[in-house]
Amino acid sequence: MTRVLLMLAMLLGFSPAAQAQDLQNLLQSHAEEIASPGRRTVGVVLDDLAGSGIPQVATFLEQWQEKNVWQGPEGLFFIATEDGDTLTLTDIDSGAQSTAPAADFTQLKPNGGVRRVIGTALVQFQLMDPDLTRRTTAVASIARRPEASQLAPLLGSIEGESDAALKARKIQLANFLSASFADDPADRIAAITSLSTDVSVEARAVLNQILSTSPGVAAQLPSDANIAQVLTPGAEISLDAAYALLVDDGLATPITTAEEIKSALAANIVDGRVGDVPVVQLNTTDNRASAYAQLAAAGTVPALVTTADRDATLADYVFFETYDEDDATITTAAKTALASVETRVAVGQAADLTLDALSLASIYFLAAIGLAITFGVMGVINMAHGEFIMMGAYTGYVVQLFVPSYTASIIIALPLAFAVTFGAGVAMERLVIRHLYHRPLETLLATFGISIALQQLAKNIFGTQARPLTSPAWLDGALVFNDVVQISYIRIAIFVLAVIFLFLILFVLKRTRLGLEVRAVTQNPGMAASMGINPDRINMLTFGLGSGIAGIAGVAIGLYAKVTSEMGADYIVQSFMTVVVGGVGNVWGTLAGASLIGFLQKGIEWLNPSNTLAAQTYMILFIILFIQFRPKGIVALKGRAAAD
Amino acid sequence: MTNSFLMRNPSTLWFLLGLSLFTIVVTALSDAGIGVMSTSFVKTLGKTLCLCLIAVAMDVVWGYCGILSLGHFAFFGIGGYAVGMWLMYARTEGIVLDSFASQTIPPTPQEVTDAIGNQIFGVVGSSEFPMIWAFSDSLILQLLLVVLVPGVLALLFGWLAFRSRVTGVYLSILTQAMTLALALYLFQNDSGLRGNNGLSGLQNIPGFEDTPQSTISLAFFYASALAVALGYVLFAWITSGKMGSVIKAIRDNESRVRFLGYHVESYKLFVFTITAVVAAIAGALYYPQAGIINPAEIAPIASIYLAVWVAIGGRGRLYGAVIGAAFVSLLSSWFTGGGAPAIPLGFYTIQWTDWWLVLLGLSFVAVTLYAPKGIGGLFDYLVRKPS
Repeated sequence: MTRVLLMLAMLLGFSPAAQAQDLQNLLQSHAEEIASPGRRTVGVVLDDLAGSGIPQVATFLEQWQEKNVWQGPEGLFFIATEDGDTLTLTDIDSGAQSTAPAADFTQLKPNGGVRRVIGTALVQFQLMDPDLTRRTTAVASIARRPEASQLAPLLGSIEGESDAALKARKIQLANFLSASFADDPADRIAAITSLSTDVSVEARAVLNQILSTSPGVAAQLPSDANIAQVLTPGAEISLDAAYALLVDDGLATPITTAEEIKSALAANIVDGRVGDVPVVQLNTTDNRASAYAQLAAAGTVPALVTTADRDATLADYVFFETYDEDDATITTAAKTALASVETRVAVGQAADLTLDALSLASIYFLAAIGLAITFGVMGVINMAHGEFIMMGAYTGYVVQLFVPSYTASIIIALPLAFAVTFGAGVAMERLVIRHLYHRPLETLLATFGISIALQQLAKNIFGTQARPLTSPAWLDGALVFNDVVQISYIRIAIFVLAVIFLFLILFVLKRTRLGLEVRAVTQNPGMAASMGINPDRINMLTFGLGSGIAGIAGVAIGLYAKVTSEMGADYIVQSFMTVVVGGVGNVWGTLAGASLIGFLQKGIEWLNPSNTLAAQTYMILFIILFIQFRPKGIVALKGRAAAD
Repeated sequence: MTNSFLMRNPSTLWFLLGLSLFTIVVTALSDAGIGVMSTSFVKTLGKTLCLCLIAVAMDVVWGYCGILSLGHFAFFGIGGYAVGMWLMYARTEGIVLDSFASQTIPPTPQEVTDAIGNQIFGVVGSSEFPMIWAFSDSLILQLLLVVLVPGVLALLFGWLAFRSRVTGVYLSILTQAMTLALALYLFQNDSGLRGNNGLSGLQNIPGFEDTPQSTISLAFFYASALAVALGYVLFAWITSGKMGSVIKAIRDNESRVRFLGYHVESYKLFVFTITAVVAAIAGALYYPQAGIINPAEIAPIASIYLAVWVAIGGRGRLYGAVIGAAFVSLLSSWFTGGGAPAIPLGFYTIQWTDWWLVLLGLSFVAVTLYAPKGIGGLFDYLVRKPS
């Protein structure tokens, strides 16, 4: 135990000898400055306290900053909490508690400036605090508001840091601080250069901070300033903004606005005229200008400044941006570093976009794969497919009402959703679709009828507000590669689910007896029937399978979006387009369609990030055009199977 | 010529007679007559007539030509927007000029335009007039746009789709995608058509500020009735005779018609485009009566409802479409408007505002399964019975 303490003391840089002194004595030697501190005088006290190496100093400074230090009648300092008329006193050195009447004590109330100075001094204590959480908090507070004064204590604390993660963070932060505040330009440049591989938002903020500029104007380009760029009015800077700079510097008078002209004219109407212009004729800009010019000539209003005057004035001046940092070598280094960072960020963003697109594609794939079976393989237009998705999601919601564990509920919900929608699909096939196999357009309308009925039914049962489908805790959060590239676990799970389903369906269709029979019935029901396959049964099972998968997709989509009665309708058009674009009757086609639509949508969103509606609009237009050129989709069936 | 065509189509004459009688009865009951019918109900009837007109157009393109277009309501909406732009511009101009009249200095044209722009586009945080409003100050040009924009859009879309032989359900999905794209586009604030606020105040007709709404609604009712009559006759003429036969043949077996040497694409394109134009005219009459148009009206579901009306009324007969649209839309407003009495079941009370859509959806399934000819099929029964 003693050894640990000793080591700790050594790590903290304290000499055991200094510990012998007690804090109260030290404080008494500075009693005057502590009782009424000023921003200048307090520095000496803090230096002494920091140098003393007494462990209680940190606590004292904290309490002092919080205005919890009171001075007793004999001039002794106590940490105290006020409770009515009495004070609960804590001895500064021993921590022994006692009570005393408040009237005998004076509270120390350092002003805001002093408290800030104390706060800065505290940083070095907190950075070396034995408690890890306090060290972490201190580092975080530095990251929030970096100041030059924090650099030295931070650097000093790196050596003794025992926690590896925090040490890395301290080094990173120290790097940021030295890039901004180090005294030696060479140090700063070294720190800046080391930032050129860091894509974190903080690093970019530091570099941008160093490269911050302010606009300036002068008759001649100043030779001593660190010029970022020369601004040509009308190109790099708008004419109005340039003129506003001149006006701000008192080098020009503002342009007379239309409003000013108007109110000046209104104020100077004499006998229904302004100058020699009748008021009724003041309905054009030219007439107003000439009337105003007459007023100006008479001296009633200031002279008219027009845009032509503005342009003439602008020609006499040079506009430029100067770096707030004077040292050109530093700004050059920062510029190089920032360019390199931005290249990395662009690569990162491309990767992030790809991940986003992949996850969107897998959502579309999940939503559409069931449809690919019912529509693609059987040729049945099921407008209620979206409602099967909704049904699956609500199944998940209901399961969560009864099963409190989120993990267990999802594990139960997935097969249950499949069962529920499989049943619904089989029922729908038996009752409705069976009668309409030769009238595909009417299947569309009948299933649409079912769709609106189901949607309204869901609304009646579950209400109109969105219901939550909560994901298990292990799916919370995101896989973070760096500040640019990250993806939430739920999206990864959906991606995995999509891949599983892709292979599951391929397996069922290509490797099982059922799949063989399904393919046989789709290609030629009559022939299949004469081979002993019951087409009715196969159609029923196929439709049930497609619907069941929609139910599972519903659970997955519900985890990622909210569960509402309209959620199916949001996916139905996209799902159909996925199947049509990909190529009907082919699972790989659906995959291709989903990927194309997912990547396309994310790509368009990236070009126009503020407007996801526009992205969807352009994507649909693209799909309409795409179908012109490949009416059968990306993966078109060939030969007999392709016949309608 | 027309005489003989009408003679050959007695159902058209019966329809026109019925429509005239209906118009006379409504006039007699409205404020212009004995005044037992409210202005809002006259408006509802006028709107229903517009829906009948687009249903007739839908029937021609689907029931006769076999193209299940899920995009005709988009054309309806475009017509509404085109006329709505003028209504909104002209009305706002009036308001702005009034407010300028009280100022000492007369406004410049630029100031007027800016003020109108501010009034109209303030809700979407803009005051600039977008390009598409270039003609909004002229009623005649906007009325031309009512016809031209949907016409050109339908022509272009139809040409692309029919040329590459997109048929059947694929065409339905494609038209639905087109509708969705249009609706999504209009939902944007920078579409220039006030985003999801849409255009509003369309029931105030500029130049008729002092005319009571009861008179205006009756005028629109007459206009709608006239439009339905003209549209009905036009489509009855198109679908009768040789051309009508070709169109119906395309529905029944497209390949065979093509092999007989007819240019199937041209016929389809013609039907698709002319029905789109009529749909737009119906929309241009509908929205001044509705008073407001927003992108939600154009959403794909509206076009599907249109197909539902036609199917319930009976495809392949023009009066069937009229009956379907009138029947379902009036019934729908009766049920959803709380007009239908709730049914207490003891343990649960059926509120029709909640259950109407369920009933509609299921009855739609039933009609598709058991009565593919729709309500219009009843007439066959009545006509055939005596013989």
